[in-house]
Amino acid sequence: MSLPLEAGDELTPLRVDPISRTALALFAGGSGDHNPVHIDSDAARAAGMDDVFAHGMLSMAYLGRLLTRQVPQERIRSLRVRFTAVTPVHASPVCTGRVVSVGEHDGELRASVELTVRLSDGTTTLVGDASIAVDRPAER
Amino acid sequence: MALDPSVIGTEVPEARMLVERGRLRLFCKAIGETDPVYLDVDAARAAGHPDLPVPPTFLCSIQNERPDPLDWLPAIGVDPLRVLHGEQSCVYHAVAHARDELTVRGRLTDLTVKKNGHLELLTRESVVTDGEGNTVAELRDTVVVRHPEVVR
Repeated sequence: MSLPLEAGDELTPLRVDPISRTALALFAGGSGDHNPVHIDSDAARAAGMDDVFAHGMLSMAYLGRLLTRQVPQERIRSLRVRFTAVTPVHASPVCTGRVVSVGEHDGELRASVELTVRLSDGTTTLVGDASIAVDRPAER
Repeated sequence: MALDPSVIGTEVPEARMLVERGRLRLFCKAIGETDPVYLDVDAARAAGHPDLPVPPTFLCSIQNERPDPLDWLPAIGVDPLRVLHGEQSCVYHAVAHARDELTVRGRLTDLTVKKNGHLELLTRESVVTDGEGNTVAELRDTVVVRHPEVVR
């Protein structure tokens, strides 16, 4: 598969439906993170929160989807994020990615992609980057 | 109370997972993944995979495959309720698949004090290996330990 990512390219944004309590319960089961602050509003309040909030790893998984729907997974060399704000239940994250550079690393050409997750109120919840192996111009 | 820097080097108990197709499908349902390559074995094989591929961030879930996956925190004097996930990085060496038996081994590698001791950043580095001992991924996560009792 040809993968001509170039500096300045934008990945197609991934818009996620509002995160329901059901989604948080499914993610608790799927990920094995059973921390009650994500699935039990009583526990969330006891921890000083207004309500349950999404697992940070759920938003990171959305970034994984942003990548794998546009590049084969075996091309992903790394995915790194910093969690910058809590994602409340019912929030609607939008994942975006932009190629900032393409360069040689460990004998292959890799695109460096800047990633963000933002909520509709403008809050940035995750920032990060991914490294994707791309084809050399001659192979395209 | 501030953490003792001697916690650096502490090993976290290893965790293992025999990756099941059903568990991967549940994970995909939770994250809204509908690509048949991740859900349907025939579609996965047609795409060149031996079985359903493990989505990139699912590898972090292997760390949760223990009765109390956060017990390493109280073991070093940290209340899990005071901890937030600050950073996560994954470096991939191979794509894992359903039916792989994966193992994750980690240790604490860094402790950084922030905001005059109100926050401490604790970093764990882990390696995920497959049944043959090949490295699948290197994981690095940083947790933020809050110390609200510290007076500025």
